[in-house]
Amino acid sequence: MDNNTPDTGPSLEESWGYDRKTLDYIQRASATGLYEIRGLGAKRRVPHFDDLLFLGASLSRYPLEGYREKCSSKVVLGTRFAKKPVELEMPITIAGMSFGALSANVKEALGRAASEVGTSTTTGDGGMTQEERNSSKTLVYQCLPSRYGFNPDDVRRADAIEVVIGQGAKPGGGGMLLGQKINPRVAKMRVLPEGVDQRSAARHPDWTGPDDLAIKIIELREITDWRIPIYVKVGATRTFNDVKLAVHSGADVVVVDGMQGGTAATQTTFIENVGIPTLAALRQAVEALEDLNMKGKVQLIISGGIRSGADVAKALAMGADAVSVGQGILMALGCNSGSYMQGGKHISAIADYTKLGTAPGFCHHCHTGQCPVGVTTQDAVLEQRLEPAVGAKRVRNYLKTVNMELTTIARACGKQNVHHLEREDLVALTVEAAAMAGVPLAGTSWIPGRQ
Amino acid sequence: MNAVAEAIAFDLASQKLRELNQFLHGDLGMVKQVRVLNPDGAHSIAVGVNAPVTINIAGHAGYYAAGMNQLADVDIAGNAGPGVAENMMSGRVHVHGFASVSAGASAQGGLLIVDGDAGLRCGISLKGGDIVVGGDVGAFSAFMAQAGNLVVCGDAAENLGDSLYEAVIYVRGKVKSLGADAQFEPMTDADHVTVAGLLKQAGLTHDPKEFKRIASARSLYHWNADANQEY
Repeated sequence: MDNNTPDTGPSLEESWGYDRKTLDYIQRASATGLYEIRGLGAKRRVPHFDDLLFLGASLSRYPLEGYREKCSSKVVLGTRFAKKPVELEMPITIAGMSFGALSANVKEALGRAASEVGTSTTTGDGGMTQEERNSSKTLVYQCLPSRYGFNPDDVRRADAIEVVIGQGAKPGGGGMLLGQKINPRVAKMRVLPEGVDQRSAARHPDWTGPDDLAIKIIELREITDWRIPIYVKVGATRTFNDVKLAVHSGADVVVVDGMQGGTAATQTTFIENVGIPTLAALRQAVEALEDLNMKGKVQLIISGGIRSGADVAKALAMGADAVSVGQGILMALGCNSGSYMQGGKHISAIADYTKLGTAPGFCHHCHTGQCPVGVTTQDAVLEQRLEPAVGAKRVRNYLKTVNMELTTIARACGKQNVHHLEREDLVALTVEAAAMAGVPLAGTSWIPGRQ
Repeated sequence: MNAVAEAIAFDLASQKLRELNQFLHGDLGMVKQVRVLNPDGAHSIAVGVNAPVTINIAGHAGYYAAGMNQLADVDIAGNAGPGVAENMMSGRVHVHGFASVSAGASAQGGLLIVDGDAGLRCGISLKGGDIVVGGDVGAFSAFMAQAGNLVVCGDAAENLGDSLYEAVIYVRGKVKSLGADAQFEPMTDADHVTVAGLLKQAGLTHDPKEFKRIASARSLYHWNADANQEY
């Protein structure tokens, strides 16, 4: 080498189309003949609430004192038909996550945390455990296509029923729970042989379309004497039409789950390539309710990638009545943390992450049942790593923080009630987010596709 | 409502379904029998009942008749719409006519008897209940059925027992085709006893030895890359 030429090392140019991630996928597929199954939600970057900003109060708007003046965050869900709607202190609910995907300790922790802060938690595929019913003041009971563990006694002791059509991580797909998580208790609740790879149906067994769903909802109302609200949850795809159909079917509350929503176990290709972003789905859902003149009569819950008070504030400003949080809750419990708490001490979980071939911050191995911090497991040893009291405190702290952030932003926008946040308070940072959310690009009055 | 001793009647021509179901969910006191007159295909008749009461539906019922039944003995004089006895936990539901789609879907216990034919997906997601069909069953019957028994005295249409778990199907007539992972198996003495018992409860006199047994081959219980999704 000429002494005058700088040594820059070999010239390496990574392919955009065949980058390391794609190479790894192809080589893994060719080695195993299997598609990848994993937990959590989409990892790809899509337009999201991060791409929106609030226009705080100034001369043209009058702010509230951040810590002095009251800002209500209460919400009432299910006012359309139910004799006893769900009344919550904050518009931040805990999303449906199954016993099976999560341990009984976790379900208990979620119930305790939700009850302490005055919000609701939700069952999941697999039925209602005694632990979560006992610990939850307000418990939403899911009616899923599999009907695993679904029974009239639990229907009657639920505070609301959520008919699940689909979820954001896998709209159009049924669930799966791999054999390693089907322990004796889970198997018994689901009436399955222990250790089988459980498949959940993609379609409900006793109805097939929106006209049938309307009759199904009436049946659930009759069974519960029209006492509790009926939610309908859809994965975000053709959201404008789906929300309209859910309303026509008689839903009290529509839950829309965007593609960033999590799952305990689904094919990666499904998670990353099916569904639309939460931002786009929310705007479509609100427009559907407005089109039907049902805004405020049927409540809207949005979920899928809600992490912070800012996310909640933006969702409410766009027209949601409440949000639902799943992955954020798991992370509050310790998901992807390098350690877990045991007897008041932090214990490193790094070695167990390594055994799974991953590391804190990158783990999505919920499907294996080998969760290093004891959250998404049925293993008798691992599940002890999440102490219900510790988990409950962490989730309570997280929910309180998110709600405080929400009210902080609302006050800055001059609102005495978080539900007074409105689209006019928002601008977008990118053209894509502006188009999806239907708010102007910052510094302009331009809403792509609308003006 | 006409209360006579231990029997009571609701006439859906003049009374609301809500009144009937609310009554059935309350304290029935001495009432042992409830007659439902002029059902006229109404949906959700006698749903969510949790009491040892006899309910006679004097005609055709719509969707979800006796849905989620517990303990009650429900007799439907006519035909039943989709999802009759769906998610039944216990008790007995007897349809004297035909049953539409998804009869006995997800039933966890109890006995559903259909004297006539049952439509598509009879016994779908069955979780422990028993179903006896006097006539034929439609396609995809016992789809993903997990536990319990489906006894078919007539013929079965396409894809019987697709993706079965541990439920067992007995068919007296022809089977047009089996679904994924379902297979014929030899009848054992225990099978003959099971079929005989269920036929007796349904008031049928067929010889259990005329029935074929269909159960899961269990090849779908674990993911298998080499199956190329062709089961």
